[in-house]
Amino acid sequence: MTIQFNKESFRGDYTFHNSDWAIQRFPFPFHEDSYMYSVNMEQHRGGPEGSVYEKRFDVDEHYVSEMHDRALVLAEDPLRCQSLPHMTLAGWDLLELIMVAKSEDYPELFELHRNGDTWRWVNKPMEIDDTFTFLDETTLPYGPMEYITRQAQGDWCVLDQRDDMLWMDAGMVTTQADWSLDFDIGMNFFEWHAPVPLAHEMGIFKRALKFLLNIQQGAPARRLNWTMTVNPLLDTSPENYHKWGVQKTTLTPENIGAKQYLRVELQTFFRLPRSNALVFPIRCYLIAFQDLVTIPKWGRRLHRVIRDLPDELATYKGFIANRPMMLDYLSRYDDGLATSPGVWPDLEKEPELKK
Amino acid sequence: MSAAPQKVRAGAEKIDVTISAVTPLNELVTRFEFVRSDGEPFPPFSPGAHTIVELNDGGRTRLNPYSLMSDPSDLSTYAISVRRDDQGRGGSLFLHRNVSVGDELTITYPVNLFPLDLRGKKHLFLAGGIGITPFMAMIAHLERMGGAWELHYSCRSRALGSYADELKKRYPSKVQVYFDDQAQSIALENLLDGQPLGTHVYVCGPKGMIDWVHSTTASLGWPEENVHSEEFLAPQPGKPFEVRLCTSDMLIQVGENESLLEAMERSGVDAPFLCRGGACGQCETNVIESEGEFLHRDHWLDDDEHANGKKIMPCVSRFVGKSLILDR
Amino acid sequence: MSRFTFPDSIASRPVYGTLEPKQGKAHLMIADAEGAEALLDLGMHNPDIFKNSHVIFIPKDTGQTYIGSLADLDPEQFYVGPSYDASVPRIRRVLSGAHMGLQVYLAGTEGLIGQAQNEAMQAGIPHTAIQSEHRGSVARRMQCVHCKGITEDVTTDPFVCSHCGLNLFVRDHYSRRLAAFQGVRVDAEDPGNIPVPVELYS
Repeated sequence: MTIQFNKESFRGDYTFHNSDWAIQRFPFPFHEDSYMYSVNMEQHRGGPEGSVYEKRFDVDEHYVSEMHDRALVLAEDPLRCQSLPHMTLAGWDLLELIMVAKSEDYPELFELHRNGDTWRWVNKPMEIDDTFTFLDETTLPYGPMEYITRQAQGDWCVLDQRDDMLWMDAGMVTTQADWSLDFDIGMNFFEWHAPVPLAHEMGIFKRALKFLLNIQQGAPARRLNWTMTVNPLLDTSPENYHKWGVQKTTLTPENIGAKQYLRVELQTFFRLPRSNALVFPIRCYLIAFQDLVTIPKWGRRLHRVIRDLPDELATYKGFIANRPMMLDYLSRYDDGLATSPGVWPDLEKEPELKK
Repeated sequence: MSAAPQKVRAGAEKIDVTISAVTPLNELVTRFEFVRSDGEPFPPFSPGAHTIVELNDGGRTRLNPYSLMSDPSDLSTYAISVRRDDQGRGGSLFLHRNVSVGDELTITYPVNLFPLDLRGKKHLFLAGGIGITPFMAMIAHLERMGGAWELHYSCRSRALGSYADELKKRYPSKVQVYFDDQAQSIALENLLDGQPLGTHVYVCGPKGMIDWVHSTTASLGWPEENVHSEEFLAPQPGKPFEVRLCTSDMLIQVGENESLLEAMERSGVDAPFLCRGGACGQCETNVIESEGEFLHRDHWLDDDEHANGKKIMPCVSRFVGKSLILDR
Repeated sequence: MSRFTFPDSIASRPVYGTLEPKQGKAHLMIADAEGAEALLDLGMHNPDIFKNSHVIFIPKDTGQTYIGSLADLDPEQFYVGPSYDASVPRIRRVLSGAHMGLQVYLAGTEGLIGQAQNEAMQAGIPHTAIQSEHRGSVARRMQCVHCKGITEDVTTDPFVCSHCGLNLFVRDHYSRRLAAFQGVRVDAEDPGNIPVPVELYS
């Protein structure tokens, strides 16, 4: 299908919106009526047609506007994109991976023409047509990682692998769930996850690290993570928390359906061939509560998950104060009927709301 | 989540290849070059990576790891160099005797358990014998990227010094070769003394050489993070033994010339693996019960784990005794 | 007593040990204030390593207290500096000429340990190979996550950023690269509601 790119904003007047297509393919993260941490990794080798899992790097109706928002963030704060000196080769690896994947998966939108080291890259939605020399930074307007991730949705963490450990040594991070690349760059896997409650004690990170260290070339993996955001704000950075934190207090019972968003991260993991680094794209999908509850199964289930979530997690995810109001709203969409297993909307199978 | 759960397959992804050149280098070592059977370029690889070559040796599948030694920037060809092991179980003998240009084989995607530390301000390579192979790719890479390096290469004799002349000729100021039969040896303490901060040392060769480099660097106060080694363990033949696999509910026999991992695979058990050389940890298997003695040969488990008999690495380790029951 | 036992915390928070002699041809020791006591303790049992040691000491408010005893250890080189910042060019010069096998010992406040560790890491020594022992003040070096300014010697939570003036709470999340803990606006969700500052670890 041809994607119609939305003209929308992720700040100020917040004109972000999901089409029916985007709502139905939303990566709902709860496969059952409760949630607890788990390593929940699986191979990333496609998925059902039209789903966000189908392509290596999903492109959707928000692409052009998200890239515009990223440019605004970087203009304000260039520290959101950084690469330690030894990570340049990994940046080229990433550029190659994204260009090859996008041009193969979306040939109507992207083209890559390679003639030895001379590469021509065409990005039609962003009206880019550049010719450069592979592995020669002087032929690109930015470093290789910055160049390509200004054209690819989601945040990008590029992890060096040394001494049986992963190190956050480069990244493009402008759509993050409240963590700072500038602060965390150079940290190891356990250190950058240090602020996460409970999961360390559960051994989650040890198991996840073991899995990630063994991800091999040609065999990428994926998992989902989630949090909550008031307003469709991509840039929920600690850097700007003193500006957006207060928006959490603007929720009312009248506006919560429109202003409260479930924020889901599709995290994927690819081994980079030349550098042996690992790239960890974190793609953010936003959906307003009022859109989410149009899928009866998701409305029922979200209410139960939020209601039963341990306080530590609600605090860490930053919505403990608003949880009662969220539950008031969501309970209107939970009639107590059973839900089918799995994440899919199951629109044909699930009964209409009986309320 | 699960969008479409897929079972994780054992081992890395595979590539069909055709032998494009077989070049004997000396009495013991032969270079094999591959091109992709589908005519496409190979995936790029990082220097230090190995591939696992799948050999069909008279109905028996052998999976042997070899370092990729070709220039990582040349994606038309992968090359390995294989030392003939007359005492081994036959994988290298099979390659030497039975494989010729035009033959088709399957190899895995590259896996790197011996990467360069790209932060290194200088890379000091120490090779023993066939341990030269990963350094061939590392040198090509650093030459292209402009990294500082130095190679000290110890081999039995001039005649057996694979690539020694070629390297010495190309990089006369960076390569030093030592011949055992001329009583030459690496003056390691001298060499390590005076290396600038940020130097990383890499050693690939026989176990004795690796241990020597680790203990010497430690005694000179080098951080262990700056010392890297790779020793490929080929599974050694041994007395046949019997194993009960309780998850699969079967009793299998491990023959003299096969590893425990190979015996499991032959019996249709899908056991995880990556390196098949005792280094990566993928095939780690829990022991449920045992009466007898483990012959641990891996680098993965620590001394305590080797002593307590609760785990075994079936790619290289064996067992002698009455009974062994594994959780697989 | 110059020793303080930090409570258990998250994985990014540094943990300090007790300085021990390590094998190596050369030793670089950097300490501030009560950190001198850690070097003196090291010297009591291992006087020999000072023959190949370069000691850099910043007394801060300890004045002359430790200078004489440190000099008595008879280090190969001994420098007393007026501030950490003033000693940085010297530290960089020493590291740039150093060889593998150099052992680094850091002692004193978290600010000194973190900054000197960062210099040694930049020079190519992995952080795990650098020894450190905390002594003296528990004041912290804090980075304001909003304006990126560093406030030195923070002793209360919350505190006022010395650059942008926001009231920040003190996190245990720590960056080796910045040699600083993270400070985040305390009243972001309720502007003006600033808790009364309390002493750290009180």
